[in-house]
Amino acid sequence: MANSYRYIGKATPRRDAVDIVTGGARFLNDIKMLNMLHGKVLRSPHAHALIKRIDKSKALQLQGVEAVLTWEDVPDWKGGTPRYTRILDRKVRYVGDAVALVAATTEEIAKEALHLIDVEYEVLPAVLEMEEALRPDAPQLYDEFPGNVVTPGFPFFGPKSLKEVVMGDTDKGFREADVIAEGTFAYENIPNPLPPEPPGAIALWEEPNKLTLRVSNQASYMDKITLFHVTGKKVEVRSIGGPCGGSFGSKFMSWQVQCYAALLSRATGKPVKLIFTKEEHLAVFTMRPASRMNARVGMKKDGTVTAISGTWLIDTGYYSMTTQSQVAVGCGEVQIAVRCPNWDLKPVIVCTNRNASGIVRGYGGQELKCILIPILSVAMEKLGIDPFEFLKKNFVKPGDGYFWRDGIWYTYRGVDFSKAMDQGAELFGWKEKWMGWLKPTAVNGAKRRGVGVGVHGNADIGEDASEAYVRLHPDGTAMLFSCVTEHGTGQRSNYIKMVAEVLQIPLENVSVTPSDSLINPYEFGPAGSRGTYAIGSAVIAAAEDARRKLLELIAPMLQADPGDLETVDGVIFVKGHPEKKIPWRAMSIDRTVTGYGRFEPDYTLTNCMMSFVEVEVDTETGKVTLLRVVNATDAGQIIDPPGLEGQMNGCLGSGGIDSALFEETILDRSSGHILNANLIDYKWRTFSELPPIDNVVLETPIPSHRFHAVGVGEVATSPGPVAVLMAVSNAIGLWLHEYPATPDRVLKALGKVPAESRKGGVA
Amino acid sequence: MAWKDERTTMVVKTTKEVIKKPQKRRGLSLTVNGRVHDLKVGTEPDQVDPAHTLAHTLRETLGLTGTKVSCDHGACGCCTVLMDGKAILSCMTLTVECDGKQITTIEGLGDPKTGKMDPLQQAFIDHTAFQCGFCTPGAIMSAKALLHENPSPTEEEVKEGLSGNFCRCISQYHVVKAVLAASKEVR
Repeated sequence: MANSYRYIGKATPRRDAVDIVTGGARFLNDIKMLNMLHGKVLRSPHAHALIKRIDKSKALQLQGVEAVLTWEDVPDWKGGTPRYTRILDRKVRYVGDAVALVAATTEEIAKEALHLIDVEYEVLPAVLEMEEALRPDAPQLYDEFPGNVVTPGFPFFGPKSLKEVVMGDTDKGFREADVIAEGTFAYENIPNPLPPEPPGAIALWEEPNKLTLRVSNQASYMDKITLFHVTGKKVEVRSIGGPCGGSFGSKFMSWQVQCYAALLSRATGKPVKLIFTKEEHLAVFTMRPASRMNARVGMKKDGTVTAISGTWLIDTGYYSMTTQSQVAVGCGEVQIAVRCPNWDLKPVIVCTNRNASGIVRGYGGQELKCILIPILSVAMEKLGIDPFEFLKKNFVKPGDGYFWRDGIWYTYRGVDFSKAMDQGAELFGWKEKWMGWLKPTAVNGAKRRGVGVGVHGNADIGEDASEAYVRLHPDGTAMLFSCVTEHGTGQRSNYIKMVAEVLQIPLENVSVTPSDSLINPYEFGPAGSRGTYAIGSAVIAAAEDARRKLLELIAPMLQADPGDLETVDGVIFVKGHPEKKIPWRAMSIDRTVTGYGRFEPDYTLTNCMMSFVEVEVDTETGKVTLLRVVNATDAGQIIDPPGLEGQMNGCLGSGGIDSALFEETILDRSSGHILNANLIDYKWRTFSELPPIDNVVLETPIPSHRFHAVGVGEVATSPGPVAVLMAVSNAIGLWLHEYPATPDRVLKALGKVPAESRKGGVA
Repeated sequence: MAWKDERTTMVVKTTKEVIKKPQKRRGLSLTVNGRVHDLKVGTEPDQVDPAHTLAHTLRETLGLTGTKVSCDHGACGCCTVLMDGKAILSCMTLTVECDGKQITTIEGLGDPKTGKMDPLQQAFIDHTAFQCGFCTPGAIMSAKALLHENPSPTEEEVKEGLSGNFCRCISQYHVVKAVLAASKEVR
């Protein structure tokens, strides 16, 4: 759609483009500080054990070693929700749990010192399976979590924090249903979002309680907040972000690596850099929560859902920092995707002795939909309902509502996404390709094709608060103060566009401050899809406030009312009288004008992404090939076309579509070891395997901010996995119940190899 | 083998000879982006430890941090640099093996006289062929080597040429367009 904007909707180079293509972008590990030490972590080889004794004397004798810290040496800093997970503990709860921290003059010496630490463990029985962890005789991970069930609710979301979806009368709903389907589906291959840049931190401690952190995070201001709480509100933290080499949610919670570096700096008085290896990244940093659900759904012939009841088990690994939050958001998102008056959906978050789950793009909703839509599909199959028509009919419409993460009911006031869905279906050729449930689209010898569709929407586009300042200078330039970090979405450049659009000045006349918590106001960061609406609103408001103040200042000089003034390219003039003009420098060279903007959370809008996929299954080898993807959305107004396209293409990676095809973290459930913690054994899509992707983006003005846009970036990964499972099931004519659809699973479903469980063994 | 170079070879016939013969410099010469670096072998911070990878030497010893290390295992291509014009994985190459080699990193791709970027770099900007940008230097260096060997690749050849480069944001589609555009410009 053509618009009259000067920058919004136009492709403009990213502000950091030259730095990125010339190697000038300074990522965390590119930073060196004077006298900087290197940190390393000694990790537990046991899934569950008590530390009986640690002898660090030999390690301390090694030349170059400046500190060795164990649980006995560190303050009582704790993370988790509630905060029960000590930064170093006497008990280790998974293979890879931190046992000791070392700081040395070089990384090599620090590594060598790890081998010189002598640890005596008392090995405890471990539990690596959710249902086993819930048994009365199961090993207990924490005294505070009896039965290994994590305390439900997320305090940050308020006293009514959403813990479940319970409303209406499910008994009545099931009585009204034409068909009832029941089943158990699981999405528990715990894919890793796996950004190329590993997690890390550089810390400088200054006595008595000042901590400066260099971070790699999409939300650098939040590191200050998180660490403040983790340290018992005793430490004054300054967090400085820079270019972030990918996060996909995961680095939002980097408190452990940051604390390790902070404790080592506190012990040595020197700056300490601690960067995880890729093996640590895969084996000890957070991954997607595992989900399994037994549910019952009632459906009418016309696709109306009458009741949903079930127990949603979520494996959070050895602790939870945000899983309750993911469950709350997932419970909200499922109501956006599936209209149903009667719910009894009960989540149970379980601790097991594996690496922790944490934030990943899709944030609870992807996990829940990946297991609920297949059960709804079983009902659709019985009634012969087309899943595209079902998902379109049941996605939230203006006037519908949902309980959001804070437990409060919101009425949706956005647009109807049906038009975007229809255009996606048309481009994909859904009508021609859909042959009915468990029916292939085409058969060519041993090769069978199938299609599937999924949908996702998230009201997080207006979640949490943002603040920004915009400062105007007499030379006609403006500076945006925002603690937004660039993590790949191009949002820092997009905010420059927004400021330039409001102020009508050249893009190059707008700069943005480093994402340093010392100089910038509060910013939750570009989490979820909140970048465009939530952060954008604060930025726009700050620019408008600055503009208003400037015009008020200048108005008397032009003997005009501020409302009659306009400013373009650093010149203020009277509307309709361009000759009555005065440049910004009239504000005086010893003055700046600063505007302030704030966004208050708004959960009455949601975004939407529908993904269509076509796969080909080789029934001889079991190999599934993704042939095509079509994504459809309505973004209200595109801010940056190539940036948006990149985000939507991101549907494949970071634990998205490929988590239904081949991506999985393989956990040996007898020992607790992760078997594929490297980039050779952890499978990822290469350039030569790229399927065609088409992205349909409508621009129906959405009542958000002055540019009528909403963010859609995060949700690109979410509709695809369930669509793949559906497409493979349709291709082979049998329901697949687990992800990913690896050749062995496909061949087992086809009865071509014995169907023994993969649990407990090496894959 | 790391120690084949005559200046560092310690395999000599007799002890006497070793004592008599003034010991040659234990070091190596590395040309990086046209600049010659004479590096000593040793364990001091400014020296090359025999265990150091080329990626380590470039980043930590020479301060050329444009080359990125992600997997440190030869799987992801982030650390790709050119050695005598060919793409190599600098995380899998020992620096002591690189004596006398010409290395080009992302920092050395532009024209040193004019400061103008390589057409590939410009094409990456024009096509927004990156999101987070961490894998970008490696992708550009792989593409540079590809275009050196095959100035007019097909789309399939570009994909094959970059199949060792990990990109998690999924900017591959834009990268392919950028490399094809750059190849047309060079032609």
